Amino acid sequence: MSDPILQIENVSKVYGARRALFGKTAEVQALQDVSLSVRKGESFGLVGESGSGKTTLTRSILHLETPTAGRILFEGRDLAQLSAAEMRRLRARVQIVFQDPYASLNPRMSVQDIVTEPMLIHRETLGLDRRQRIERAAELLSLVGLGPQHLSRFPHEFSGGQRQRICVARALASGPELLLLDEPTSALDVSVQAQVLNLLCELQDQLGLTYFFISHDLAVVRYLCDRVALIYRGELVEEGETDRIFDHPESEYARMLTRAMPEVRVPA
Amino acid sequence: MTEIAETPPIEMLSTGNDRWRRALFRFRQSKLSMLGAAMVAVVLFFTLFGTVLAPYPEHVAGGVATADRFLPPSAAHPFGTNELGQDVLSLVMAGTTVSVLAGFGVVLIGTVIGTLVGGIAGFVGSWTDEVLMRLTDLTLTIPGLILAMAIAAALGPGFTNMVIAISLSWWPGYARLVRGEVLAAREEVYVTAARAIGASPARILFRHILPNTVSPIIVKMSLDMGFAILTVAGLGFIGIGVRPPTPEWGTLLSLSRAYMPDYWWTAMAPGMAMFLAVFGFNLLGDGLRDILDPKARR
Amino acid sequence: MAPPLLSIRDLHLTMTSFEGEAHVLNGIDLTVRRGEIWGLVGESGCGKSLTGLSISRLVPAPPAAYKRGEIAFEGRDLLRLPMREVQALRGKRIGMIFQDPTTNLNPAYRIGEQLVDVALAAAKHDPSILDCEAGAGRRTRRRAAHRLAAEMLDRVGIPNAEERLDNYPHEFSGGMRQRVLIAMALIGRPDLLIADEPTTALDVSVQAQILKLLKGTVSDHDIGVILITHNLGVVAETCTHVAVMYAGNIVERGPVAEVINRPAHPYTRALMAAIPTRASQRGSLNGLGGAVPNLVTPPPGCRFAPRCARAIAACSAQQPPALPVAGEHHAACIRLAESEELEHV
Repeated sequence: MSDPILQIENVSKVYGARRALFGKTAEVQALQDVSLSVRKGESFGLVGESGSGKTTLTRSILHLETPTAGRILFEGRDLAQLSAAEMRRLRARVQIVFQDPYASLNPRMSVQDIVTEPMLIHRETLGLDRRQRIERAAELLSLVGLGPQHLSRFPHEFSGGQRQRICVARALASGPELLLLDEPTSALDVSVQAQVLNLLCELQDQLGLTYFFISHDLAVVRYLCDRVALIYRGELVEEGETDRIFDHPESEYARMLTRAMPEVRVPA
Repeated sequence: MTEIAETPPIEMLSTGNDRWRRALFRFRQSKLSMLGAAMVAVVLFFTLFGTVLAPYPEHVAGGVATADRFLPPSAAHPFGTNELGQDVLSLVMAGTTVSVLAGFGVVLIGTVIGTLVGGIAGFVGSWTDEVLMRLTDLTLTIPGLILAMAIAAALGPGFTNMVIAISLSWWPGYARLVRGEVLAAREEVYVTAARAIGASPARILFRHILPNTVSPIIVKMSLDMGFAILTVAGLGFIGIGVRPPTPEWGTLLSLSRAYMPDYWWTAMAPGMAMFLAVFGFNLLGDGLRDILDPKARR
Repeated sequence: MAPPLLSIRDLHLTMTSFEGEAHVLNGIDLTVRRGEIWGLVGESGCGKSLTGLSISRLVPAPPAAYKRGEIAFEGRDLLRLPMREVQALRGKRIGMIFQDPTTNLNPAYRIGEQLVDVALAAAKHDPSILDCEAGAGRRTRRRAAHRLAAEMLDRVGIPNAEERLDNYPHEFSGGMRQRVLIAMALIGRPDLLIADEPTTALDVSVQAQILKLLKGTVSDHDIGVILITHNLGVVAETCTHVAVMYAGNIVERGPVAEVINRPAHPYTRALMAAIPTRASQRGSLNGLGGAVPNLVTPPPGCRFAPRCARAIAACSAQQPPALPVAGEHHAACIRLAESEELEHV
């Protein structure tokens, strides 16, 4: 059993009440005392429905939001304690792929600009000059099943599946160890989803990445993840090995989810 | 990993050119847009070559021919002559240069100031936003022409001063537009992605946000060109713009006012020119909006 | 024998765009009877939604043009009916549910008012909906419509239905709004319901509820449903029949158990092989290479041939006809006989 790469300790997040036109809006408890630990090299699945706090947790891990209480540790170091320079260096090591491949690429940037941008931002850490960055971008594109001929093209020229590959290439550009995958296949057709899932499996085997996979699709989570946590209305409901959760769910919520999951039963 | 190497289908690999051809195709669908583009092309043609092509270049330079005063339209003078015997057509053709360049200058300076103010206000937010936008509102409360008159009076007459004067009353519209666009673009997923990578605020603003606000700005610039030309002419008309003998539409119109309605042709040509330019830029702007910024269409 | 509820015959639809004329529907044949729930599946861009929209004549023409074929609703061809009569059918006899619930509710009116209006309009066609005696006054009918609206909201699983009638659309969450739309589509007791990805944006628990409701409505009122979805799991659990679409063609159709247990067309097999199941080993999913072809210049013959692992030269010679597999189960593939012997993927 390897060391934890990411630890989430008793994290809570409350969105404060805001002044509205008449009176105040109510406080929203987005996360309540959530604790998780992700081990190096594993695929950890976080399953929850809309409004469960999945997105808030992701944004907190990326340090785009600060938890109201609790700590988030990356390799044992508290994110909140890091200096600005340390935080910047850390960003190279934790990357994210978003759900909507149509919205997550800047339409005015070429694929080359998109994939080289992380290397440009972290050039001090990575030490790549312009030519090396372009070469590396071409390598990354080949790695995700595209090619160097795509470097000069723009996002709108690609299909959804291809765009998601570009997003994966961008996320890998800074050489991260932890990849947050925020429903990376839910906007894709099943045929394309299968390709992207296979790509993710291969990349993990090849590069030894750790995945933090966020999804509401239980079938995909079961396929990809070693361990799963279920989150409901900001609270952790159940956590455990994937097979155990699917075969012997303990909580009522897990049972409900596995029951509701529509499935094609292919004859053996 | 054979199934991974998804060969990109040919039609997905259309070149960047294709985007323009597609836009052009949609633009061509609208006859009014095409008419606007043609009118603007004519106006721009005279902006560049009006002075050179004028049939009576000596009149443009200020020469007078008192013997030919107030000749009605004829083959030699299609739009007649004015009180100094100058060919009205020549003056209007040459005047295009001044009017259109001044209008363009106003829109350009207004856009630059407005984009900076609106971009920073929208991006930084909080009190910076408050201060900048209240300043914008303050500028908006003063009628544009009055403000321009005051500034022009303070700076003195002349082409450059006139452009600066109008520009200083012109930017608030752009500031508001850009601020709104920046606020919307700030929430885009690709901006979050850039923040997650660790991009600096300047990079996010100039690389990710502002380039994606260009379309509505271009549309507004095109729609504004006509009004800017009108405002320039307005300052000329009340006599604090470009001074004669430099031909300018507003000044020409203002001079001919004294001789209405007997010598109506002296006002005819500059009025028509202004109408064509304003109408053309508006039609073009509408057409551009339909292809660049379809969500703004009503 | 009475004509079937809906019978689409050899429907050809083209769309004119910048690139030219795209053959987006290329000879669709589909018959829906009362009591049947037809699942329409396939990748995006295969013409599923266009088929649904064509039935209610909601495809803007131009750029669309119907080249051939008919859409017979109880024997009357909708393509040749005056628009006025089609509009009269829409919303009353033919109900529609779309994927995006936000754009289909008027934000300026209370949910209750919108539901009552639909109910009253539908009652002009079928007064029995309101369950009050003929010639009842306006007041009575309105009260009955209000009661019906509350009942419908309750049936789609909205708690405190009676009170929520007074809410505006923005006061509902996405899932709740979709339920309101479903209530609105069902309130007029349509004979045919077209549901275009009605649960795609919803959580699985809500999805399960809504699909159950849909099934209940079909058995209670004996209506026909076309359920457009990309989720084969939803089809397997909800539908009685399924039609698999690819690039403007129905490549395989039949009773759902038949098609899912014995998929005959290579495209159906490829789609099923791409779904992660309990048995799938990590990294073992079979994705389908390539993409849906450009329909301006579609590949000759079988449109799936370029992506098909089993394609031979003859596949590109002519469009394959729908061949019977077993009973009502048809598949449009000339290599059907051979592929029968293949094991399941």
